[in-house]
Amino acid sequence: MKKSVFLGVVAATAMTAGFASAATLDDVKARGELLCGSNTGLTGFGAPDANGNWVGFDVSLCRAVAAAVLGDPAKVKFVPTTGETRFTALASGEVDLLVRNSTWTFSRDTDLKFDFVAVNYYDGQGFMVKKDLGVSSAKELDGATVCIQTGTTTELNLADFFKFNNIKYTPVTVQDDSEAQRQYLAGACDAYTTDASGLAASRATMADPENHIILPEIISKEPLGPVVRHGDNNWGDIVRWTYYALLIAEEKGITKANIEEVASSTTDPEVRRLLGLEGDAGVMMGLDNNWAKNAIAANGNYGEIFEANIGTSTPIGLARGLNALWTQGGLQYAPPLR
Amino acid sequence: MAMASEAPKDGFRLSMLIYDTRFRSFTIQVIVLLLVLMGIAWLVDNTVQNLAAKDKDINFGFLWNRAGYDIEQQLIPYTNDSTHGRAAIIGLLNTLVVAFWGCIFATVLGVFAGVLRLSKNWLVARLMTVYVEAFRNVPLLLWIIVVFVVTSETAPQPKDFKVTAEMVQTGAEPPAQKILFGTVAITNRGWNIPAPLVERPLGVVNVGSVPVNLTLLAVIAAIVGSVLVNRAILRRARRIQEETGDRPTTWWQSLLVLFAPTILLLLALGFHIEVPAFPTDETGVSKGFNFQGGILVMHSFSALLIALSLYTGAFIAEAVRGGVLAISRGQTEAAYALGLRPGRTMKLIILPQALRVIIPPLISQYLNLTKNTSLGIAVSYLDLRGTLGGITLNQTGRELECMLLMMLIYLTISLIISSLMNVFNSAVKLKER
Ligand SMILES: N[C@@H](CCC(=O)N[C@@H](CS)C(=O)NCC(=O)O)C(=O)O
Repeated sequence: MKKSVFLGVVAATAMTAGFASAATLDDVKARGELLCGSNTGLTGFGAPDANGNWVGFDVSLCRAVAAAVLGDPAKVKFVPTTGETRFTALASGEVDLLVRNSTWTFSRDTDLKFDFVAVNYYDGQGFMVKKDLGVSSAKELDGATVCIQTGTTTELNLADFFKFNNIKYTPVTVQDDSEAQRQYLAGACDAYTTDASGLAASRATMADPENHIILPEIISKEPLGPVVRHGDNNWGDIVRWTYYALLIAEEKGITKANIEEVASSTTDPEVRRLLGLEGDAGVMMGLDNNWAKNAIAANGNYGEIFEANIGTSTPIGLARGLNALWTQGGLQYAPPLR
Repeated sequence: MAMASEAPKDGFRLSMLIYDTRFRSFTIQVIVLLLVLMGIAWLVDNTVQNLAAKDKDINFGFLWNRAGYDIEQQLIPYTNDSTHGRAAIIGLLNTLVVAFWGCIFATVLGVFAGVLRLSKNWLVARLMTVYVEAFRNVPLLLWIIVVFVVTSETAPQPKDFKVTAEMVQTGAEPPAQKILFGTVAITNRGWNIPAPLVERPLGVVNVGSVPVNLTLLAVIAAIVGSVLVNRAILRRARRIQEETGDRPTTWWQSLLVLFAPTILLLLALGFHIEVPAFPTDETGVSKGFNFQGGILVMHSFSALLIALSLYTGAFIAEAVRGGVLAISRGQTEAAYALGLRPGRTMKLIILPQALRVIIPPLISQYLNLTKNTSLGIAVSYLDLRGTLGGITLNQTGRELECMLLMMLIYLTISLIISSLMNVFNSAVKLKER
């Protein structure tokens, strides 16, 4: 008798322990903190500053989500992940959300069972070489040694590019950006290849950025975006629409500075819906109705985040290019909020 | 009184499972077994449910899909069009090659250091103590990284070996030079060493999907054959010596048998050495990024091998020292009394006996070394952990499958090593007759 009770208890624990909770939103609320998978440190995208606060383009999106869900952009714990560990961290529930220069690909979407909910940076893979190498095109790299981060799409693109162009290379596989930089600067590789944005960010932290050039060839499409686990659609919606809220804010000219003023005076119906003055957009996702207002107030709209972290006025100096709003000839386009 | 004789006869009561010593141990074993089984069932159930919750299954089909990535060090042909399975084999071979050479170097080093640590020479003994303690007490990972950083950061870049147009005009030499009569170049990427090449190779046949190099096979056959014939010659010499007391001179026969067939074969094949060099244009100006020709041994490989050998060598040294100390002083004294010099005493009397004590710990050091090769990940050495457990795992998202497969492979390697060593152990251990 006793034994069967005991067995029953064991069986019951097995059942409950077996389920990874599907409702990420409830977990985050209960924890009072968002766990966001970030870089191990890529200036401009995600890295701790001198005071240990995480800052960057990707980091700001995490903060916006934290603001939308918990009302406070500071309630985020950043979990550094490498190219290799990031997806395991997300799949195992170590992080709620991964915003880490991650490319949306078919196999990650289907086979790895993730959802890329948006594209926050349209990118492509490039090559960086030292100026004195005398190379002006990636096709001249026949026989070169190339540093490449493992666990990335860029590893596969690199192999394809050299094979397609019928030239040879020696790969040096490294774990993260800082190791790649060390090897590249020490001359252990002739070229460093990764997303062009990553190259620009990497170059900006070097002592002599002017001595390094990014070659003109962009050899792939790298749509980078926030990733969540398959199967929790509400959580995916929250992240997606938080991102779109930042885009709509830019489109409508709502900034961190003027948001209160706009909220008190606007008559634009979409802006009113966005800022929670009308309708129940937030409640429909299980959030407060001022979710979007909090998200925008955290670090400003998409354009502000871009300019502050990686824009032309920063050492990284990336132009908006493909990432301009659709109204300005770019690809960033939010569906209507209604 | 009557009770006492009655007791054992009456039937089985449940409480006897606990109170009766005849059954108690049985009860305990059954309960422990049940608990263990339940634990396993819980783990499996948990895994299955979590996989189902993530919409994943257990499927090894990915091993037959295109890998898509390149591996720098490959002992058998591999391209990015090969399968993940083949990439895993490449990784396995890279693991095995480090483990193989590591075990050999560590043993040689360990025997020397262990014996020298007992030396009467104060300086030598202390030096060996420093070596053993330094390597035993610092984590292996640090040693691997230290060796890697030291070898890769102190060597010049390949471009320092290049002859520029300016140098051609002024007749100046490039800043870095090859060593060993211009055959070996050490750069910050690795060791460019000469490659043995043959002009008229015997070709390659495919056994299954594994290419077998006939040239290499022929050379190995020639060497093995020579050694066997030489052994026969020496045996004959000994027999004659035992029968007649006179040993026939064999040195020229041995030399002839050992070297002539191989040399003749190599000549027939058109053997030569290809020295690594930068390609040059008509005026003698070097082109390209890296040395061409020869073999490039990457620093990741050499650093891992050096660190593993030094580290494990320190442990083996201790095993050897312990083994030697276990042999009674009387043996040494007896050998001295017979007039044997210390070196020969060690070689002929002490070490053969000490081996019996040394081999069991040696086995576990070999196993450690083999498993420790997986630390190569720290210097981006693409071994089994780097390919199957690294890039393949990551690109396919098959964590569970890759990890299970990897554990199975390491387990198999370890079991093979320990059974081989056990065979060796029973061959040398004290024969009790
Ligand atoms: N977009 C590619 C590459 C992502 C990637 O690893 N990017 C690098 C450079 S852009 C990075 O974030 N490194 C920072 C780090 O190592 O922490 C992918 O998703 O596979």
